Amino acid sequence: MDGRPGRRPRTAIAASLPYDPAARRVERAAARRRRTRRQAAIATGSTVVVIGLLVGVIVTSKGWESVQEAFFSPEDFKDSFPAVAKGFWLDIKMFVIVEIAVLIVGLIVALARLSRPPALFPVRLLSIVYINVFRGVPTILVIFLIGFGVPALELSGVPTDPIVLGCIALGLCYGAYVAEVYRAGIESVHPSQRSAALAGGLTESQTMRHVVLPQAVRRVAPPLLNDFISLQKDVALVSILGPLEAFRVAQIEASANFIYTPLVAAGLLYLCVTVPSALLLDHWERRRRR
Amino acid sequence: MTPPVLEVRGVTKAYGDREVLRGIDLAVPEHHAVALIGASGSGKSTLLRCIDLLEEIDDGDVLLDGEVVTDPAVDPVGVRRRLGMVFQHFNLFPHLNVLDNVTLFPVRAHGQPRAQAESTARELLARFGLEGRESDHPDDLSGGQQQRVAIARALSTHPRALLLDEVTSALDPELVGDVLDAIRELKAGGMTMMIATHEMGFAREVADEVCFLHEGQILERGAPAAIFTAPERPETQRFLRRLLHAGRL
Repeated sequence: MDGRPGRRPRTAIAASLPYDPAARRVERAAARRRRTRRQAAIATGSTVVVIGLLVGVIVTSKGWESVQEAFFSPEDFKDSFPAVAKGFWLDIKMFVIVEIAVLIVGLIVALARLSRPPALFPVRLLSIVYINVFRGVPTILVIFLIGFGVPALELSGVPTDPIVLGCIALGLCYGAYVAEVYRAGIESVHPSQRSAALAGGLTESQTMRHVVLPQAVRRVAPPLLNDFISLQKDVALVSILGPLEAFRVAQIEASANFIYTPLVAAGLLYLCVTVPSALLLDHWERRRRR
Repeated sequence: MTPPVLEVRGVTKAYGDREVLRGIDLAVPEHHAVALIGASGSGKSTLLRCIDLLEEIDDGDVLLDGEVVTDPAVDPVGVRRRLGMVFQHFNLFPHLNVLDNVTLFPVRAHGQPRAQAESTARELLARFGLEGRESDHPDDLSGGQQQRVAIARALSTHPRALLLDEVTSALDPELVGDVLDAIRELKAGGMTMMIATHEMGFAREVADEVCFLHEGQILERGAPAAIFTAPERPETQRFLRRLLHAGRL
């Protein structure tokens, strides 16, 4: 650059201006630090005020004593926690199994729905009916119908364990949601990717397997996790069939002693899985935006 | 006499009532390069996609090595395995690294052992100046590099002919040269090619025959020297004049 006509050598420029880039940078960094500190102070102050007000209003309310007694009793918490936690272990087992099943079922249904050959029309129709029915019916209703209806059929070889039936019901409901998430992902892969794969001599199914699906799955990981978070809470619905999972155990404890602290304990346990899942989801989405 | 590698006979194609190809006849003998020129929308890309059976033609025939491949009884997958295609927007697979982009077709479509496909892929990448980029992802490469990977990918299956669809149109001007060099090298190596292009200087240098497409028909064809210096049809003259005006000739 220095060789260009009409340009003074670099050193001459530096010497002719009272300008020191290093000093400017230090100054800017200091200003930035001051601003950050000021903002942190404001945020802390406003948080303390708002939370203080909220706590003040609740604690000074007329019924606080009895609410505290019923919902936030440390002794009741200690007494009921082991049983509730043991029940929660069943919740964990249920949602892990249902999540795995749903990932497989959802994929199969999505692929069936997107199938092209005319011979597969019945499969396509069936998948559309399945998706719309199970997305449109309240989960609790499906659990009821399957949990009480299937054993009533008295067919041999059909499971009658309420835990198994509850898992099947949840799997059917969430399979429909997850199938639609997969479908959205598959359809979001640009058709030019398909063209390129076919032009290279891949078959339709190889194109799906090696080119479209890997890209689709990466894209839908965050919405899939979102559905899993709601599944992690919805396992509590299986309690209506009787299995002693966390909510059910807490409910029994609560109604036996007219206290609600066990329910709060159960709520905390659900939060222990859903909050980390939500944080992981945020992390994925942030990374994807970058 | 051996038939041309590629032959197109009376091909027509319409999207709804919009006729994109209105009776195309064309032959590409072995080791020849045919350049398709013409304005955007004249049917160049559609013709290439029809030849690679990515679009279904309405009428006429496409022949590969003398065999009609547009017959409904012919499996398009087998035909596509004998052709290579390079796209305007590269269409590399973003979830695979460079090496896997180039080995996917030989391994999956041709059942080649991975080791063999990888050594071929490394050779191809080195030939196009991409040595050391094997484990990068397409997003890490410049447009020109991506397009050279796409050319390597198309060559990885040793195609009978290569279809090039405006392969430099999406590139920054300073990156066009490397991609054109790669194609020059292929031509020198005897590759049979059909090249849709807006690079007239390049078409003139590399093509054995130039076809001017206008509204779905080949209005004029001939040796590059003839088409570019003494075009006969007023449409060709107007097209070339417009390019000249835009500084593209």
